[in-house]
Formats: sequence, structure tokens, C-alpha cells
Amino acid sequence: MESCVENVKAVRISKEEKKVLRKQIKASHTLLRHEGIITASQPTKSLVVANGGLGNGVSREELSAVLEEMGEVETLVMPPYKPYAFATYRLGESAQKAHIHLNGQKLQRGENNVTLYLSYVDSVPCEEEEAVPVPEGLVLLEDFVSPEEEALLLAAIDWSSANDDVTAQKALKHRRVKHYGFEFCYDNNNVDKNKPLLAGLPEECLPVLDRCLKDGHIVTIPDQLTVNQYESGQGIPPHVDTHSAFEDTILSLSLGAKTVMEFRHPDGRLVPIVLPERSLLVMKGESRYLWTHGITPRKFDMVPICDPQSSASTTPEHGTNSNLTLSKRGTRTSFTFRKIRHEPCRCAFPSTCDSQGACLAPSTSPPCTPSLPCCHADAARLEEEYVHQVYNTIASHFSSTRHSPWPRVCHFLSSLPPGTVLADVGCGNGKYLGVNPEVIAMGCDRSNALVQICAERGFQAFVSDALSVPLRTASCDACISIAVIHHFSTQERRLAALRELVRLLKPGGRALIYVWAFEQEYNKQKSKYLKDQNKTHLENNNPAYSTPADNNQTVDNTQDVSKVTNGKLSVHTNRTAFNSQDLLVPWHLKGEEDKKKDSRKEKSNKISVKSCSDSSCNPTSSLGHQSDMSSGLFLNTSQATHSPDDIAQTSSSSEMSKSRSAPIFHRYYHVFQQGELEKLCLQMTEVKVLSSYHDQGNWCVILERD
Amino acid sequence: MKLLTHNMLTSHVKGVTKGYPLLIKATEVKLNEVEFNPQFVSRMIPKLEWSALIQAAEELGHRQDLPEELLPEYEKNEEFLKKVHRALLEVEVIEGCLKCPESGREFPISRGIPNMLLNEDEV
Repeated sequence: MESCVENVKAVRISKEEKKVLRKQIKASHTLLRHEGIITASQPTKSLVVANGGLGNGVSREELSAVLEEMGEVETLVMPPYKPYAFATYRLGESAQKAHIHLNGQKLQRGENNVTLYLSYVDSVPCEEEEAVPVPEGLVLLEDFVSPEEEALLLAAIDWSSANDDVTAQKALKHRRVKHYGFEFCYDNNNVDKNKPLLAGLPEECLPVLDRCLKDGHIVTIPDQLTVNQYESGQGIPPHVDTHSAFEDTILSLSLGAKTVMEFRHPDGRLVPIVLPERSLLVMKGESRYLWTHGITPRKFDMVPICDPQSSASTTPEHGTNSNLTLSKRGTRTSFTFRKIRHEPCRCAFPSTCDSQGACLAPSTSPPCTPSLPCCHADAARLEEEYVHQVYNTIASHFSSTRHSPWPRVCHFLSSLPPGTVLADVGCGNGKYLGVNPEVIAMGCDRSNALVQICAERGFQAFVSDALSVPLRTASCDACISIAVIHHFSTQERRLAALRELVRLLKPGGRALIYVWAFEQEYNKQKSKYLKDQNKTHLENNNPAYSTPADNNQTVDNTQDVSKVTNGKLSVHTNRTAFNSQDLLVPWHLKGEEDKKKDSRKEKSNKISVKSCSDSSCNPTSSLGHQSDMSSGLFLNTSQATHSPDDIAQTSSSSEMSKSRSAPIFHRYYHVFQQGELEKLCLQMTEVKVLSSYHDQGNWCVILERD
Repeated sequence: MKLLTHNMLTSHVKGVTKGYPLLIKATEVKLNEVEFNPQFVSRMIPKLEWSALIQAAEELGHRQDLPEELLPEYEKNEEFLKKVHRALLEVEVIEGCLKCPESGREFPISRGIPNMLLNEDEV
């Protein structure tokens, strides 16, 4: 009897152990596949701790405390936004002890807990990333006001009155705001210069402004003040202050609590700046006119662990990631001082200057839509502005919202024999590069920001144009082009892109091509987007039909549907039927309200390794429950209890709260009609079409080179 | 950029007839340990331009003693495969540039990523 109980117990333990082992192996595979981290089979002094990363909301202090119990930790590397960390022990035996005792252990974190999985690694990746210099024209002055002045300034703002006309107080969705001098109007992101408010700037501000003047930060005293109050978890979408509304210098005083403000250059550079309480941020020149600034709504920020005084940011130290931790946000009140501009802006940054005819992307006003190109140069310009620049700008958000590789694309990749040389032309953030580890995969993309993400994940990728791929002729056994060709704006260029793809193929080599379909409903089957059309998070995905599709469309009536009104491209309304083949598709930064409805998906996104899926046509990315390549591979049920706001986000921009000024970017598309892609392929005599099919709102072909 | 990728890359500057192999001017080269898989390496060899690999490995000082000509029956020669593995997969150019042998056009490599984009007048 006694021994029988023992036996049962033994079996139970080993089952539990098996489960942990299985998960650990799975985690190490995921690390290898998505992050290029190779785990060691023999014990070493270093461990990778899956689920123990800042991206899981685990702070350095918490993790450190657990690890130190096993022995002296020499280094602890916590890469930003990643769901893992690296620990190196002084002694190998401590590492072994940690491996035995911590693997499969839950880290209690209030109502949320995460299960840690540990594997040995031979080396800890060097975390010294190239430092990104601070935006030109940006200066941060710490301790610009004393604690006494801070208290005085905070007391000067009376939040008790309801919305009023004197100071134009408003409760925006995600922050409280009050205006002095002139009201800033969020409908047009401008001020009515003929309508000053009754209340001028509070007199408590004057000593501070005098100091700015005396120190040479400004040349005239500002006449407009916007006070924003952010509770923990609130933020402001990235924006450039309207050029025509305000003069060059903008001052922003941070009071009450520190936060992290993110500056983004149109080329994709991202510079987070820690704004300590009582600091003054001076934005001039490029930092004011060209870079967007915003605050990601979250409750914790990733900040350097070292002394905040030195970490703050007039020195370019943002690249050193090895010593980050989480900092809890408090209530922050900012005073933004600006000077009303009375003449048109003549800055050196026309691409973001409304006075110089630019339509600012981060605005809700309809874009000055371009016309369909009539020559090669026009087409190249259109694609530059409405494809390349947009992808570079939205890269990190785009990447963070895409994580499910397409099953039928994976099927094609998995069927390739070992040793196949594969080129993914237009690889985005590289989600297909690791699907079949037996093939030699290379990716290229026009977007530097997306290729950067591929490289961070350990894939071989380079920046190039799909019309001129810098690979040897006939060097590839297989090529894929997923959701790329529809971004070319003339038939000639679409054909040229196909020819370039075929040029890379060896005789007998195969290419898989996906393009977005005009027909979103096929054989009476709606694409998955259509089935999910009530979900707001689909905004950035393929549209859904609101009316039954006409399945009798054939190539012959291409002319009819590609009509363009007034010669201008139309802006597509997401989740409605296409009314033209050439159009601009809006990309919305995700809003707070969407996030709540969609919290389940958020949770899995958040802990996923930065991962990927293709551009606008990924049906599975819209499904929160869909098991996919990366998101949730480290996930276990205990983790799925994070509330949407409580931990750091994988992508800063994806979580921007959506106010009326939420940024919208427009991408150009040519959606293909049934038969159109095949017809284009048949113009190339050296290939035959092996198969063609409709897959969730896309037209797809597999070609073989003769 | 690994030398495997370099082996496939070529220059497409307008008018260039032989943009291959690209010369490597490296200012930062890293060695990353990658798990050795003899089968994977032997499968890779026939896909390569062997002389371009030798030239590139030589330029970076990682040729080891790899021969000018591919060895016969290399599939069974583990020592040889290990050297090829090292040159192809472990040597990584982090900073520097690739130079077109014919036009002299240089393509920057930054943070391990070659930027092969051409200007309008080069296409």
C-alpha cells in the first residue's frame, strides 16, 4: 500500500517535470527561431530566462532577487521589450542551482504571475547597441524649477471647474487639458488667432519664463500655455506641433512625476527621452519641426537603472540597453509654452510643414490625394511617399501587430527540400525567414526600419528595391513575394517586379506570389476579415465587404472598376467593399478603446517576441485565438491575466491612445482582380503557372521557371 | 552580413556588366558561434561561387587554409566542412561597405545590414 502511493507520486512528479521540460525545450526553440539565441546543451555560467524579461513586465529588481538566491549574479542583461533576460553567475554551480530550482517556477507578481524557463547559453549577446543621438535642437534641463516652484505652479491650475471658456478646460479621453492665452483646437490642430482666451498665462509662470529668456532658450515670452495632466497609464499620440500655429521654440515643463517621451524621425529612428520631474524640455529646429513626439500610454516605463540624473538624455546614452528596469509612472502635469505664429512658417522641413503645403500625416484631415501616375517618374514618386515612407514610419507598430504567418505560405516553405536557397523579396519584418530552418533564407525589403527588425531577430536581410534585387541571376531555388507587388502603381512596374523575381530563379525554381484581391468574397466564402468585421482592431487589415460581392467579375471589366474619380486616388474606407482597384488604404494607430475590446489579443501580443506577419493581408493576424508562430509561445495560462495596461508594451506606437488627432497614414495599393495576376505572369515566356488560388482575400500563384 | 549572403549579392548599377563579387571593406567584423551542422554546410557548398567565398574570406582574414579549388568528396571531410562553416556562417561584417568591382560604387553596411538601394540615375 505504502509503496503503491509512492509509485503514484513518483509518476506524478515526473509528469510535472516532463511538462516543464517540454515547455523549456519549446522556449529554447522559440528563442533560436525568432531571436537567433542558441541555447547550450552543456551547463555553462550563463542562462537565458524565458518569460523573465521587461517585455513580460518583470522588473530587474524582481528577477534579480530571485536569481541572487541561487548565488552571486555577475551580470543581468534585460533587453528592452523582450520577454527574456540573460543572467551570468560568477560560479557555474550557481547557474546549475538556478537551472534546477528556478526552471518552471512561477514568479508571483500580485494577481499576475509568469513561469520562468531557463536554458544555458554559451554567450550572452552584447547589448551595446549603437547609441542613437538625441534629435537635433533638443535640450533637456534638469531641475529647472525648484520643488517650491513646482508646488506653486501645480497649485495655480484649478482643475475643479468644469469645462469652461476662460481657460478652455477639456477632459480629453486620455488626459485632462487646460489652455491659457489661446485655445488649442483639436479638430484642426490649430489655434484661432483672433480669439484670445480671457485668461492669460498664470502669473506663477512668469519667473520661469523670465529665466528661460535670460538663459537664452527663448527670444520672446510665449503667449500660449497648454497644461496637460496624465494619470499613470495615460499618454499622447505622436505628433508634430502644427507649424503654422506656433513659432519655432516650444518649452515643456514636467511636474509631479517623470515619464518617457518618444521622439520619432520619419526615417524610423526612435529616441526615448526620460523627462524627470521639474525638468524643462526645449524643442527647437529639427526636433520641433521634423520629429514627432508622444507618450505611450502605460503604467511602467523602461528607464536606465543608473542614477537618473546622468541617464537623462542630453547625453546620447539611449543605446545601452543592458541596464534597464521598469519605473512606475505617477501623475504628471506638463506645462507646454508656445508662441503664436502670425506669418506662414518658412522652416527647412517642408515635408512636415503645413504652411508649405505638406499634409501632415498625423492628422485626421483628408490627405491631398495624389492622382494615378501617368509616367514612370510619377509612379516612383507616388510609391516613395505612399509606400516606402509610410512603412518606414509605421514599421514598429506594423511589426508588432503582425505575428501569424500564413498557413498556405508556410506550407509552400515547408515543402522546400533542405538546402534550398530562398529569397523573400519584400520580407517585411522577416516572419517567413525562419519558417523552414533547413533552407538558406535571405530577405530584402525597401524599408530600412523593417530590415532592422529582421536583423535583430538574427535573420540575413538587406535593404533593396524589388525592381532591382541585388542577387545573382539564377541563384535561387525558390522565391516568395508576399503582399508586395500590389504596392506598385503601374502595370509596367508590377510586371517588372515579377520579371525581377523570375530572374533570380534557377531553371526549375519556384516562386510563390501573393497580392491583395479586389474580390474579398470568393465562392460565397467571405474572407476571415469579413467574418470578423465587428472587431475594431481590424482597421488595419483587409477591409470587409459590406455588400455581397459580384463573383462574376472578370478581367474584361477591369477598366470599369479601375475608374478613378476626378483623376484622384480614392481613400478606402476600411472594412467596406473596394470601389476601385487603385486606392489609398489608411493605417490607424491603435486606439485605447480598441485596446479594451481587444484586450485578449493584446495580452498575447505583449509577451510575444517581436514578431511579424505580412502587410495588410494577413487573415490570421486578426484572430486572437489563433495559435501562431511566436505570440504566446512562452505563454501559459497563468500569464494570460495581465491587464492590458499594466506592463510595458512590445511596441510603443501600437498602444498610442487614440484621440481625435490619432495619426493616420495612407498606403497605396493596386488590388488585383480575378485572373489579373495570372495574365501578368503569362507575359513572361520563361515561366509556367503551376497553380493559382484565392486565399483569404488574396490572389496567389506558384510559378516555375523553365 | 554573413559571407553566405555576400556570396549571393551582386551590384546592379546601371551599365555594369560584371558587378560580382563585391569587394568588402570592413571596419568591424564579428565572429558569432553558430551550431555546426555538417549536412547543412555540404548542401550549401554547391550553391556557392567558391572563388568568391575564398576571396571574401581572404579579405577579412578568415580564409583559414581553405583551398582555391573545391575539394572532391568534401561531404565526408568534416574538418573541411568546419572551416567552410566558419567562413560562411560565423564571420559577420557589422560595419563597412561593399564595393562594386566595376563601377566602384560603394554600398554601406551598417549594424550588419547592407543597404543596396540605388539612386534614380543608377537604375
